[in-house]
Amino acid sequence: MAAAGRAVSSKVASFILGDDFWRGVVSIAAFLVFWEIGSRSQAWFGFAFPWVSQVPAPTAVLQEMFKLVQEPSFWNSALLSTVRVFEGFFAAMAIGIPLGLAMAVSRTFYGITFPVFEVLRPIPPLAWVPASIIFWPTQELSIAFVTFLGAFFTIVINVIGGAQAIDVRYFQAARSMGSSTWDIFRRIILPGTLPSIVVGATVGVGITWAVVVAAEMISGGGSAGSMGGAAGGGLGFFIWNSYVGGSYTQIVAGMISIGIAGYISSAALRKIGQWMTPWLSEN
Amino acid sequence: MNMQQKPQSAPSASLLGSVPRTAAGGEITVANLSKTYGAGEFAKPVVQNCSFTIERGKLTVMIGPSGCGKSTLIRLLAGFERPSGGTITIGGKPITGPGLDRLVVFQETALFPWMSTYDNIMFGPRARGEDTPETRAFAEALLQKVGLDGFRKKYPSQLSGGMQRRAELARSMINKPDVMILDEPFRGLDAMTKRLMQEYYANLYEEFRRTTFFVTTDIDEAIYLADRILIMSNIPTQVREVIDVDLPRPRHVEDITENDAANAIKMKALGLLHEEAMKSFARGSKAAADFIDAYARRMVKD
Repeated sequence: MAAAGRAVSSKVASFILGDDFWRGVVSIAAFLVFWEIGSRSQAWFGFAFPWVSQVPAPTAVLQEMFKLVQEPSFWNSALLSTVRVFEGFFAAMAIGIPLGLAMAVSRTFYGITFPVFEVLRPIPPLAWVPASIIFWPTQELSIAFVTFLGAFFTIVINVIGGAQAIDVRYFQAARSMGSSTWDIFRRIILPGTLPSIVVGATVGVGITWAVVVAAEMISGGGSAGSMGGAAGGGLGFFIWNSYVGGSYTQIVAGMISIGIAGYISSAALRKIGQWMTPWLSEN
Repeated sequence: MNMQQKPQSAPSASLLGSVPRTAAGGEITVANLSKTYGAGEFAKPVVQNCSFTIERGKLTVMIGPSGCGKSTLIRLLAGFERPSGGTITIGGKPITGPGLDRLVVFQETALFPWMSTYDNIMFGPRARGEDTPETRAFAEALLQKVGLDGFRKKYPSQLSGGMQRRAELARSMINKPDVMILDEPFRGLDAMTKRLMQEYYANLYEEFRRTTFFVTTDIDEAIYLADRILIMSNIPTQVREVIDVDLPRPRHVEDITENDAANAIKMKALGLLHEEAMKSFARGSKAAADFIDAYARRMVKD
């Protein structure tokens, strides 16, 4: 345990001492300084820096975020968006993985379903917003459906690609050692596709965040938003509401929150993926 | 085909048990076998009118010029492909598809990357619902035998090239196939590892005496391992000659290089391979050119 701890801390130490770390620090610091100077250019130098001067300064945004994290309504919005993201995401996994596997395994099923799939796939999830508001009885379901679409196509495509890329010699070897079709599916196709499922899920959850925010903006934040005003409605509605209310620092604070939430989701999925596919990382 | 095999009784069953699955216990007879790819004007015969036997309990090595159709023969024997003509029988029964009676060890590793060494070895027994104390004990014995006892929990990507080949041999052996088919199993390994693998393999063979069909392009490997060598002709492939290797077992690589009988076999085999290479070179094969060049230099040196 102690040895492992030391190994981790030495890893951290060598990372902090490394060139890449300092390049990263310089990059982010330069970006923030540029942003700060640009947005305060009118007050400091008497001329407006194009574009950047319209954006609230990072220090102002930081102050706003400090205020926001103490407000329950902000956390409510964040929670609402998170729930929608994962509703759509898990539905996409639950339907997309079996569908993709079935399409990869059966030529007949592939022939029947793939053309429809390929026609629907290029339609951007946001183009589905009006239709899904009409289809689904509640706003909540409409938003969840659109987030579902965001992840669904990516997951299915990855599952099909992953399963079809499994080396034919694995099937030959398994078959000659006496594997049944079910055994081949369970012990060859499933683990062989797992790395692609992980990639599809990681990419898919990122798309889901992009989609949920836009869906919330367009649909007015769902039922919670229309009843509670700024008190609810998700992060997308929060940003839109800040825009309508003219609070530019809140807009940027909302944007950054989404960035952080998306990053955490992807990082968590990547970790779970590594844990599920140990043969890829242990060398 | 040659008829000069000495009568020899089949070796007794090995220590760890080999119950023959078929009546004749895995003698493979190939009769007038043909395989043609394409049709009509574009038909390309790869195997034509090829006949030989893989004798029970013996190690038969097939050697031939590169691109002569050896891999096609393997796929036919394994049952992954159907012949265009002729028959292949194992223990008197025709081969109709992949079967447990013949196991193929492939050129490059076909270990399942998502399973540990131990799980890979136990794949076959588990597939057949035979995860019993006896098979587990056999797996343990095999792990020891191929020197992978300390690597049972490692994934294939964590093993060296030589270890992967050994794991794959163990994964095949545990199924106690009547016949083992090895398609250039040590190709691509560096010279030192290759030699080590040949020793491991010779040990395994000498202990279990399973009927084996071993394909290689390496004449020294062939002589070191074989009971019989099949020299194949240029494409479309046939058996050009059968050479019996009557060197005593257990063999050692050093003995082979200094043994007159072994050297005589080598000269004869190289001569035959050279003739076949000349033929395929005359037909426009570039692959044969290097062999012809090397052969010419060797003759000058000698």
